[in-house]
Parts: sequence; structure tokens; C-alpha cells
Amino acid sequence: MRLQWNLFLAFFRVGMLGYGGGPSSIPLIHIETVEKYKWVSDEEFGDILALCNTLPGPIITKMAGYIGYRESGFLGMINAVISSILPTIFLMIILLSSLSSVKSFEWVSGMTAAVIPVVGVMLAVLTWQFLEKSGKDLGWKKTIIMSAIILVILELGIHPGIIIGVLLILALIQKDKRSSSEKKQKARAGDEQ
Amino acid sequence: MILYWNIFLAFFIPGILGYGGGPASIPLIENEVVQRYGWMTIEKFSEVLALGNALPGPIATKMAGYIGYEVGGIPGALVAVFATVAPSLILMIALLGVLYKYKESAKVKRLTLYVRPVIALLLGLMAWNFFVESYEEAGIWQTAFLIVVSYLLMEHEKIKIHPAFVIVGALVYGGFFL
Repeated sequence: MRLQWNLFLAFFRVGMLGYGGGPSSIPLIHIETVEKYKWVSDEEFGDILALCNTLPGPIITKMAGYIGYRESGFLGMINAVISSILPTIFLMIILLSSLSSVKSFEWVSGMTAAVIPVVGVMLAVLTWQFLEKSGKDLGWKKTIIMSAIILVILELGIHPGIIIGVLLILALIQKDKRSSSEKKQKARAGDEQ
Repeated sequence: MILYWNIFLAFFIPGILGYGGGPASIPLIENEVVQRYGWMTIEKFSEVLALGNALPGPIATKMAGYIGYEVGGIPGALVAVFATVAPSLILMIALLGVLYKYKESAKVKRLTLYVRPVIALLLGLMAWNFFVESYEEAGIWQTAFLIVVSYLLMEHEKIKIHPAFVIVGALVYGGFFL
């Protein structure tokens, strides 16, 4: 019950604070699920986000649904998805049926304009976290070379989902270098038992 | 019954074809809702979109929820949102389920390493786009001011307040000064 309440709170906040569409919800989801509630590790967050990018449909509902599902099954999935989208749908219906014309909510755009650079900062901080991790685990040289290549491919107008898809396949078909040493370790573990 | 089926199709097709999240699927939704089924005039659709863009959260689900409600009441809204959310979510859960079955394998670990620079770049590009958009809307000084202040509030060792407060603060600031 406690967990359901936390899922609701986390994704309600993500849904209500994400100004500027899908991208704005990514740093918010990171704050809630990795930093605050620790449902997801940093490595997993990257994997989940990568897969989200290869599939169509809104990012926030895929992430919310998957994390909710993993934490507490079907109920958690429904809870997380609904918490992230229902409040704003209600707002939409209430505002559109009560406002007589578009003019009356033009002041809203001034309000949201100030949030855009804030979201930019949040995304930039998250970018740096990912780069730092990548530099540590993959090595800075490889990270920089890879980033440069990917940037060129992206600039050519190729969809990031395709790049991630190709990397997926590459990672899965490459021969494991460490397989022999792992076998030795397994054999050793077998001897100890 | 046929109406709900049509609502489902009107949002299912853009959801699957709209590659690149919300904004990419909007013209496709417009095509279904306005051109094919004639549920709304183009003016009304633009109005809904304008309000949708001013509110937080993903655009596709807001549009689906509202239009579904207009056309077929609460069941209509449910069908439209389901069509928008469910297909990609089911795929996602299935794919990640397979992936994490082999979580300990060297292949999956390598995958995590490989996608990291891509994710970093994507996030970096998104950040860049947000800054550019802000520069175009609010000008260089407002943008720079908001960047510096929000960075200090969220990331400075001694301050570090929850981004929620920073975002609400920015909304208030924008209401007065932008």
C-alpha cells in the first residue's frame, strides 16, 4: 500500500512538473526513481531510457508503466501510468469546457516560458552524469570517439532509435572475450562447493 | 461500438507511426480526427493543441484524453488513452523482460556500456534545444539569468532544493516577467 502511494506521488509529480513535453519528464523521472526512491539503478535507467527511445509512443508512459510494473506488478503499472497522465487530462477537459476562448489562457504561455531553461539545466546535469559514468566505465577516449560518431550520424538526420537498435544488435552478436575466464571462475566455484 | 473502435484506431495508428514521441504524432492525430472522421474542425483542434502545449505532461495523452472525451464521453477517453499508451508499453515490458533475464550475461552489460554515450548525447541535444527555444522566446538575458539561478538552486552543495520548488518558482516568475 505504501509502495502504491509512493508510485502515485512520484509519477503525479513527474506528470505535473514536466513542462515542454516528453524530454522534460526524463530528468524528473530520474530524480524520483533513481535518486529519491531508489527503485532503479543508474545503469538500468540508461537501459530503460534507451529502449524507450527505440519504441514509438510517449516516453513518460512507457517509463512509468515499466517501473510501476517492476515494482508491484500489474496494479503498479496502472497506478504509475494513470498518476502521470490523468491529472493533466482532467485539467484539459475542465479548462476547455470552462474557457470561452483561447485568449484567456495566453498568460499561461508566459508562465511556461520561464520553465523551459530550468528544464534545460536539468537535462544538462543529467547529460553530464551519463558522460561521467561512460568515461569511467568505457574510458574517456572511447566515450569521446563514440559520441563524435553518434553526433555526426544524428546530424545526418538518422533517428536515435535506429542507432540504439544497431548498438543493441552489435552488443548482442559480439563474441564474449571474457567467456574463457568466466568458465575458469565457474569451475573454481564448482570445486569449492 | 463502432464509434469506440474508430476512436481506438484514430489514436492507435498515430501512436505506432508517430516515431519520435508526442510532437511527431500530432499531425497524424489531426489527420485522423479532423480529416478522416470529422469529429472536430481544424480551428477547434488547434485550440485544443494550444492549451495542451501550455499544460505539463506528455502532449499525446492529453490530446487523446480530451478528444476521446469529446467524442465518446468517459469510455471514449479511456479507449483513446489506452490506444495511445498500451501498445508501446506492452512492447517495452516484453523487451525489457527478455533483456533482464540475461542481466548477468556479458552481452547485456556491454549493451549498457554502449548505449550510455548515445543517451548522454540525446539528453545533451535535448538540453541544447530547450536553451535555444528559451533564447528565441525570452531573449538571451532572461535565459541566462534563469539558467544560472536554477543551476545554483538545484546543484549548489549548500542549497540543493527539490526541482519541484524551482519549477513552481519559475512558473510564478514567468507569470510576472515573461
